Amino acid sequence: MRKKNFRKVMSENAGFLFILPWLIGFLIFKVYPFGSSLFYSFTDFHLFNHISKVGLFNYADIFTKQKIINSFIITIKYAFLTVPLKLIFALFIAYILNFKLKGVNAFRTAYYIPSILGGSVAIAVLWKAIFKSDGIINTLLGWFGASAVDWLSEPKYALLIICLLRVWQFGSAMVIFLAALKGVSGDLYEAASIDGAGKWRQFFSITVPIITPVIFYNLVTQLCQAFQEFNGPYIITKGGPRNATTLISLLIYNNAFKTHEMGLASAQAWVLFMIVCTLTVIAFVSQKKWVYYSDEDGR
Amino acid sequence: MSKAAKVKISTFLRYVMLVAVGFIMVYPLIWMIGATFKTNNEIFSGIGFIPKNPTLEGYINAMRSYGGDIDILKAMLNTYSIVIPKVIFTLISATITAYGFARFDFKGRNLLFAILMSTLFLPQVVLNVPQYIMFHKFNWVNHSLYPALIVPALFAADTYFVFMLIQFLRGIPKELEEAARIDGCNSIKTLWLVIVPMLKPSLVSCALFQFMWSSNDFMGPLLYVNSPKRYPASLFVKLSMDGDAGFDWNRVLAMSLISIIPSLIVFFLAQDTFVDGIAAGGVKG
Repeated sequence: MRKKNFRKVMSENAGFLFILPWLIGFLIFKVYPFGSSLFYSFTDFHLFNHISKVGLFNYADIFTKQKIINSFIITIKYAFLTVPLKLIFALFIAYILNFKLKGVNAFRTAYYIPSILGGSVAIAVLWKAIFKSDGIINTLLGWFGASAVDWLSEPKYALLIICLLRVWQFGSAMVIFLAALKGVSGDLYEAASIDGAGKWRQFFSITVPIITPVIFYNLVTQLCQAFQEFNGPYIITKGGPRNATTLISLLIYNNAFKTHEMGLASAQAWVLFMIVCTLTVIAFVSQKKWVYYSDEDGR
Repeated sequence: MSKAAKVKISTFLRYVMLVAVGFIMVYPLIWMIGATFKTNNEIFSGIGFIPKNPTLEGYINAMRSYGGDIDILKAMLNTYSIVIPKVIFTLISATITAYGFARFDFKGRNLLFAILMSTLFLPQVVLNVPQYIMFHKFNWVNHSLYPALIVPALFAADTYFVFMLIQFLRGIPKELEEAARIDGCNSIKTLWLVIVPMLKPSLVSCALFQFMWSSNDFMGPLLYVNSPKRYPASLFVKLSMDGDAGFDWNRVLAMSLISIIPSLIVFFLAQDTFVDGIAAGGVKG
């Protein structure tokens, strides 16, 4: 009798048992840190000292200290520059690749390689070699008689170079767009061209509306990534020149692991989280206005 | 102009565009390969990639150890002693979790699934500080077995893969599993004998992505590995760049290139799987 009950309980909850490892990990490695981070953000917690103050002072610092405000502004600039450029490039190239051209796969591979390797330190090192003051970009400029530019030590250019590193990695977004474009039925284009719509017209009034769900997906994932960019500024510019590339995740790292101000770092992380959340919510709410879900998808 | 001529011209323009963009995309990498065979004087004297006086100096110096504790080969050994367990653990834990979500109904399933999905958007930046404090208490920081980097994989911490596998499972009909159940397989046996073989292509793609991402991972080791002898390649290359840049670029570039050779090989062997994998995640999602 008891055994039967046990069996019954087991079979009804088998699914739960399968997800249990994930749930335990989620509680230990995500929920607990998440909660404690919120708590730390209201304290002066220092890695080697006990908490002596509790209050809103970290948040007050964030909204009053110029250095921190700047870092947030730079991060927003970085994200709003990188993400649209990357998506436009990705969509444009995917659109061209989608015409039945010979050798498409070779091109696809060529465009995709930077994305797959781009996160590595090796590529950051390469980027530094290319844009340093006697790097190949300046040599190239010299050919056209232009004077060399100090890309990495000029505040107004340094951020741009960090952006470019990510824009150069448009391949994964492109592959996603390409798969979506393949799903657009050819009949629609045929009908449009009978109606006399040119290629550009077709692109904007057929292609773009149909793949808006994928544009939406790419937009949200790329935004989340962009706001957390760390490797580029840390490895290539070390946040300089004059803090021009100290993106917020780098500032958080410096506060937490150089000066061990864990409380302040947590508060900064939370403000960042709120910004990302707000943008994601805006994206999700606004999707009713611009994202087209076909009925057969059932979404 | 005839219609055929128009088509030819537009095809031609598309090729020009593709080649031009492709060239910009790939040239930095080609230049890098060339530069590793140049002398330090030559590297920045032009933009061509063919070395005038090819030399192996960069590679010979790249093999040199750093402070006696570590060299590039040892660093790569460290990298893969993190990456390989991480890939294996991720596959196991993500498959089990995805199976539970995709094939069973239980109390709270929808809520838990929503939570799983929302963790996809949870920025790691928020978790770094408290996780560090926690791992510090566990004595996992700078541990010789890298538990801080590996153990979370046992618990399907990278939910992206769970999500990917759930998507694939949804596309697989349930008939075979039902047949297995009638034949007396319990759910664990069904998972192993029916689900895993069918999921094989998507498991390969999960393994490949996890391999690439963990090989490239920089932030994790930066936080949790302190002593140079335990550095994985990502940290070691950064260390050498800071130490040598300015004078020894062929060494630094050669080292960088060596560090991504395994990733390049894996990519070229399995590029279609990569492309299909990323497309599946995005489009079905």
